[in-house]
Amino acid sequence: MERTLKELKPGEKAIIAKIDGDKGAVKRRLMDMGVTHGAEVLVRKVAPLGDPIEINIRGYELTIRKSEAELIILQ
Amino acid sequence: MSLKFALVGNPNCGKTTLFNEITGSTQYVGNWPGVTIEKREGKARKIQEDIKIIDLPGIYSLSPYSMEEIIARDYIVNEKPDVVINIVDATNIERNLYLTTQLLELGVNVVVALNMMDAVEAKGNKINTSLLEASLKVPVIPITASKGRGVKELLERALHVAQAAASAGNSPASYELHNENIVKYIKEIEENIVPQLKSKHGNSRWTALKLLEGDENVQKTLEVPSVLLAEIKVYQEKLEKKYDMDIETVIADSRYRFTTDVAGKAVKKKEQSSQLTVSDKIDKVVTNRILAIPLFLAMMFGIFSVTFGTIGSFTIDFVDGLVNDTFANFISSSLESAGAASWLHDLIVNGIIGGLGSMLVFVPQIMILFFFLSILEDTGYMARAAFVMDRLLRKLGLSGKSFIPMLIGFGCSVPAVMSTRTLENEKDRRLTIMLIPFMSCGARLPIYALYAGAFFAANQTMVVFSLYVLGIAVAILSGFILKKTILKGDVAPFVMELPPYRIPTIKGLTIHMWDKGKGFVKKAGTIIFAAAVVIWFLQYANFSFQAVAEPGDSMLGAIGKVIAPVFSPLGFGDWRSAVALLTGFIAKEAVVSTMGILHGIAEATEGSTDLITALQASFTPLTAYAFMAFSLLYLPCMAAFATIKREMNSWKWTLITAGFSTGVAWIVAFIIFQVGKLMGFS
Ligand SMILES: Nc1nc2c(ncn2[C@@H]2O[C@H](COP(=O)(O)OP(=O)(O)OP(=O)(O)O)[C@@H](O)[C@H]2O)c(=O)[nH]1
Ligand SMILES: [Mg+2]
Repeated sequence: MERTLKELKPGEKAIIAKIDGDKGAVKRRLMDMGVTHGAEVLVRKVAPLGDPIEINIRGYELTIRKSEAELIILQ
Repeated sequence: MSLKFALVGNPNCGKTTLFNEITGSTQYVGNWPGVTIEKREGKARKIQEDIKIIDLPGIYSLSPYSMEEIIARDYIVNEKPDVVINIVDATNIERNLYLTTQLLELGVNVVVALNMMDAVEAKGNKINTSLLEASLKVPVIPITASKGRGVKELLERALHVAQAAASAGNSPASYELHNENIVKYIKEIEENIVPQLKSKHGNSRWTALKLLEGDENVQKTLEVPSVLLAEIKVYQEKLEKKYDMDIETVIADSRYRFTTDVAGKAVKKKEQSSQLTVSDKIDKVVTNRILAIPLFLAMMFGIFSVTFGTIGSFTIDFVDGLVNDTFANFISSSLESAGAASWLHDLIVNGIIGGLGSMLVFVPQIMILFFFLSILEDTGYMARAAFVMDRLLRKLGLSGKSFIPMLIGFGCSVPAVMSTRTLENEKDRRLTIMLIPFMSCGARLPIYALYAGAFFAANQTMVVFSLYVLGIAVAILSGFILKKTILKGDVAPFVMELPPYRIPTIKGLTIHMWDKGKGFVKKAGTIIFAAAVVIWFLQYANFSFQAVAEPGDSMLGAIGKVIAPVFSPLGFGDWRSAVALLTGFIAKEAVVSTMGILHGIAEATEGSTDLITALQASFTPLTAYAFMAFSLLYLPCMAAFATIKREMNSWKWTLITAGFSTGVAWIVAFIIFQVGKLMGFS
């Protein structure tokens, strides 16, 4: 089973393999924001109500929902 | 011929700050992505009058999703500015350069402005600009837009580029940043397919790349026939097989490979200390699991306490004394000694001074409110609030991004409705726009200040705060209902950048506050002034244009008495309230100015012009509260209405919005009054 970004806990790091799924606005948006193959992500924290999460990627902070994190497959 | 320089860059990289610096204007700057939503032009006063500078909304790439991003993209692609000044946030080069790669592909004349150098230096990092210039093959100028550093040099270099381009033509599109496999196919498409296209778009190399990438927009505008699409497909599949990714990913990946490489070489980071940065520390508290939401509420409460508490009432008393006593008395006695006609005296003292004065009194308070809202915007809290609230808003089918327009709505619905352009999804936008009028705007503040001051002097802050909470609660409930009925749809995605915290500048805060204060005074001097004169006349004369002894017999009285029964079940069936609410459509503050005119007259005969005592005679605390609740929720003002119409681009939805809010207002005020009465309040 592939590991996804959703499974990472705050403080954990990983390298991105790819974004799951075919074309689509969300996927394209994520790619534009630098969520691409080979980029290192660090999960910063989870929002007070359990979703979304905050990640650090390419040196800046990005927030995405868990449902989007689930599409991001790790190496 | 005048030159056009366009400012292009990621959201929140400082484009507007630079624009203001170059043109000397005071466009809105805020520390969250998506502040600027319209293109703005200005003259480069600092260097040469005939250079036009164009500020654009921020974009992350040239394949944009939301309305304001499309504005920016279309401008660059279609309007062809002489130079594109690409602003790159130097603290975040790797991602910012992604857009740069696309600009280079496009073959426009690019000059890179490496902004926020002060922040880079503060971190102790170093950036090798000559290495960047060598990799990008365009000029790179380090600047600090907020302090004006490097701006002059930037413009000189840009001017130089523009002049060089005028003699030598545009710089060729660059695709070398991609790896050789991709470049090979771009070349093949450029040679074999592009010449067969009937319509041309920009340069052929860019077209080739876009076709390879499978950009649907370009396919559509160039009307690529399906035979050619099939040929392109062959190239795409070869790459897809080779890299085991879909073609879009292959290209995006290749761009990021380039930026990672360039950023890695050019940026020298100081040894990362394991200590938390200031931003981290603030964030730990602000987005803390337990504290985040109470902190938000406490902050809002704090803002209202100051706005309505001692400081607020001090400003009211001060302006009140100035306008309604000193000034009014002075004018009144001068008019008398000049022997002015009694109708003129009445018009000026009761109509104009009484009407405008009763509203102007609250302008400083509105400015205080805006001062605090700007702090929220400038520190970077807005984006955090969206992060914290996303989960709640998703229950309404919205995303955290909708929270930003709603917070802005506490200031004014007009910019709030416009800022919904940052939302990608049309249904989301519509729903957010429908909910914004329930966020109590600054113009409604005079109504609360007046009524709460008259009826709830002891716990004014609590009462006003409860109204804001009521607005939010109604918005939540309405969101639920609308999402389940007329605005069904999928959940919108939520992908958003969180900017670092910044210390707001005094200059920025003063500009925001001053702009808003000026806006309200201007509004008072124009439409509310006109309304006051009309209202004064309508309450002075009857339908045969004869002065009346009792305002109830006037034209206005007659109109008011027709509408008033609608409000009787809500507890304020007085014709004056009906008329005041009617004028509230012109501007919400007009409710107060109209009340000022109508009650000023009645009282003048009894020898007192105090609006508060007049109100106390016709309202009880319960009906006053119901009246405030109705004023909060009903029909948005004319300016908001027009903006909603423009942004929704549909009369049907605009009227639904207006009708919905008025219906909700009636029901809520009805419940407050009737339940309150049953519970024994008066
Ligand atoms: N430290 C520092 N902050 C800056 C600089 N330039 C701009 N800022 C801050 O960066 C934030 C964003 O500035 P804006 O000018 O609104 O950015 P923008 O690119 O117009 O943003 P959008 O309109 O949202 O795309 C504000 O908080 C500015 O005060 C700079 O040179 N140094
Ligand atoms: Mg801007």
